[in-house]
Amino acid sequence: MFAYAVRSLAQGLLVLVAVAFIAFSMFRFVGDPIANMLGQEATLQDRQELSERLGLNDPWPVQFARFMGNAAQGEFGVSYRQARKVSDLMRERLPATVELAVLSALVATVAGVLLGVYVAINRTGFLSNAIMSISLIGVSLPTFLIGIGLIYIFAVELRWLPSFGRGETVKIGWWSTGLLTESGRKSLIMPVLTLAFFQLTLIMRLVRSEMLEVMRSDFIRFARARGLGERVIELRHALRNTLVPVVTIAGLQLGSVIAFAIVTETVFQWPGLGALFVNAVQFADVPVMAAYLMFVAGVFVITNLIVDLLYFLLDPRLRASGRTAKGH
Amino acid sequence: MKMTVRGLLAVLATTTMLAGIAEARTLKWARSGDSLTLDPHAQNEGPTHTLAHQIYEPLIIRDHTGKQLPALATSWSVTSDPTVWEFKLRTGVKFHDGADFDADDVVFSLERAMQPTSDMKGLLTSIDSVSKVDQHTVRIKTKGPNPLLPNNLGDLFMMDKGWAEKNNATKVQDFKNREENFAVRNANGTGPFSLVSREPDVKTVLKRNDNYWGKAEVPLEVTEVIYTPIKADATRIAALLSGEIDFVQDLPVQDIERLRQDRKLRVNSGPENRTIFFGFNVGDADLKTDNVDGKNPFADKRVRQAMNMALNRTAIQRVVMRGESVPTGVIMPPFVNGWTKELDAAPAVDAAAARKLLADAGYPNGFSTTLHCPNDRYVNDEAICQAAVGMWGAIGVKVNLVSQSKSIHFTLIQKQPPETDFFMLGWGVPTFDSDYVFSFLYHTRAGSRGSWNALRYSNAEIDSKIQTLSSETDIAKRNATIADIWGRLKEEALYIPLHHQTLAYGMKSDLDIPVDVSNQPKLKFVSFKRS
Repeated sequence: MFAYAVRSLAQGLLVLVAVAFIAFSMFRFVGDPIANMLGQEATLQDRQELSERLGLNDPWPVQFARFMGNAAQGEFGVSYRQARKVSDLMRERLPATVELAVLSALVATVAGVLLGVYVAINRTGFLSNAIMSISLIGVSLPTFLIGIGLIYIFAVELRWLPSFGRGETVKIGWWSTGLLTESGRKSLIMPVLTLAFFQLTLIMRLVRSEMLEVMRSDFIRFARARGLGERVIELRHALRNTLVPVVTIAGLQLGSVIAFAIVTETVFQWPGLGALFVNAVQFADVPVMAAYLMFVAGVFVITNLIVDLLYFLLDPRLRASGRTAKGH
Repeated sequence: MKMTVRGLLAVLATTTMLAGIAEARTLKWARSGDSLTLDPHAQNEGPTHTLAHQIYEPLIIRDHTGKQLPALATSWSVTSDPTVWEFKLRTGVKFHDGADFDADDVVFSLERAMQPTSDMKGLLTSIDSVSKVDQHTVRIKTKGPNPLLPNNLGDLFMMDKGWAEKNNATKVQDFKNREENFAVRNANGTGPFSLVSREPDVKTVLKRNDNYWGKAEVPLEVTEVIYTPIKADATRIAALLSGEIDFVQDLPVQDIERLRQDRKLRVNSGPENRTIFFGFNVGDADLKTDNVDGKNPFADKRVRQAMNMALNRTAIQRVVMRGESVPTGVIMPPFVNGWTKELDAAPAVDAAAARKLLADAGYPNGFSTTLHCPNDRYVNDEAICQAAVGMWGAIGVKVNLVSQSKSIHFTLIQKQPPETDFFMLGWGVPTFDSDYVFSFLYHTRAGSRGSWNALRYSNAEIDSKIQTLSSETDIAKRNATIADIWGRLKEEALYIPLHHQTLAYGMKSDLDIPVDVSNQPKLKFVSFKRS
């Protein structure tokens, strides 16, 4: 198990270096930050001086090596756009994104499983058909349209919910949370639903098809033969067997929910990492872009690692082969 | 529980205030982007200055029409020595922390703004030294006579020397030392509002400065300002419609008409200090981006005139801009010194004449070329380029459009040599004088001049005329030179001016905030309508 974890970790590090390399070679195509950092009266000489100060005149490999050296120490430099330490910016923005992503994943999983079970059991009901049709919208409509649609209904027309921002937040140490105030909770509703919608429909459809599959298998038939009640069979036997792949998918999706909150954050002016990244791209703010991409890669590596380890615990066959491998 | 108590107190406070004299009025203000820094000398950029104008003050301020008004200086004049300006400072002014404002602060602030890492130094290149005469008099010595020095001081904000020294903020942020400067997120000005809290990109809260020196002269009715950047257009408009925001500074053109129909809202629009235009490479012998071998079609004046004639400005105004622009024939808005109606006139659209000019120049079948255009800088920039490309296509000039982000686009223009042969650009004139346009867009690229001249145009005679402008003290003579230069340049058709950009502000109907030509509304002028 330990060897397995170490191996996964080493692979993870390799992925991080690869991401850094690819990202860094792309930055040259985002544009020149100097043009954004200096006012229109700046002279050619001013531009060259600033370029020199930022180390942008060094050859590419030198810049990359310097970046990796600093990144290894957790130092990502100063944002070109805001003149503040990137690590401070990331720390300020992290809570907003994590709160949004975790709540979305939670909503998507819980609601997805419940609805999935319901439509699997009642395959022909009117409600089931309605749910299945709506879920098609979730799969096919772009996130920003869903977000804007919600804003127009609940913020402009009904005026129940705020259209932008996080509302009032409470600081707990360096972490800021919107869960403890009313305006904070209200502000969370629409972004969470928007971000959760796609995952929700995905999980629901997965649960439904898995469940239908399981319901056809022999042990369900035997359970029926034993005279167990229909509800017990559905929820105790069928659902439990459906959940294994669902948990895997949901776990892996958490990574992508954090990473792809960008669109939702932009629509709702949600002050998270995604919004920070979008602003950074427009300004060609390389230090922030680099740090964000490393962060996203890190999230993926870690969630994958956890899922790998979970497999290891869940599947006895993996454990057995691990032991024999050690013997050789 | 704590919240409820606070809420109750707030209600109580509001009711008592209502019953009392002053009414507490919060202005919730949104625009698409945030200020980049509170350090007043670190970024020479619109949104940054706009926020700074509420907290800090310059010596001379401009109102929404561009007219100069005394702010921290009460009067200014050239001394008997034409290279020395004298500024009399306002007395009894205090910074938000209670410190007195005096000549030491002015000397400190101007010197700070002239540091190598300051982004404001480009406006102060003519200054040789700044000195204190007495507690409330400052003299600025320029390298040569500079009759227009006050024009450059409108966004040069005054900081407190003592505050900057105490907080280690005497230097403008440089990006080398990897530390955040104290002045980036903290501020101590003399302005009508003081900083309560700032979360960059999220929210900035200001409260009224009740000790403001000018409270008898301006309404100063806003007691609290909550400034929120909202990037997505649809969300920003939704926030205005839902009443969460009182004042939106940038309305997308497609929404203006609809918002005008809403009786709970008011839309004010007006010209901005920015002109959009196209520029050519007129200097190179051959172009890489065209299909003509061994020749540069743009070097021929007739080709430029033909393309100028083919551009249907009113169609672009009507269709692309939905009426929110002012077509023009010159790169300066009407409030800039040197503007005349004749210069502003654009040629009539005449495709037949344009085709004939092209044929005379040796291109009866036209030619093909590449236009570079930004897609995130000006109002509908990419759509304008697409429309223009069609119009040039109609006279046989096949234009291949490349539109990309401003970070890439401006680099093409600024590179030496420039990496574009045909480009779109917008230009504002912060000094409100033609010299600024000539120096940056027409003068040969050298030193601090010509940095935006991507024309490869170089005319020694024009250059020397431009140079006389910065030191000519006889205003009549100077204006004659300006008219002379404009006449020659217009004849050359080096650029194709398109239109002056229009700004539209959206607000609740109890507000009436006029469009500020520099797009830097000063909230001390805001008053609420009593209903």
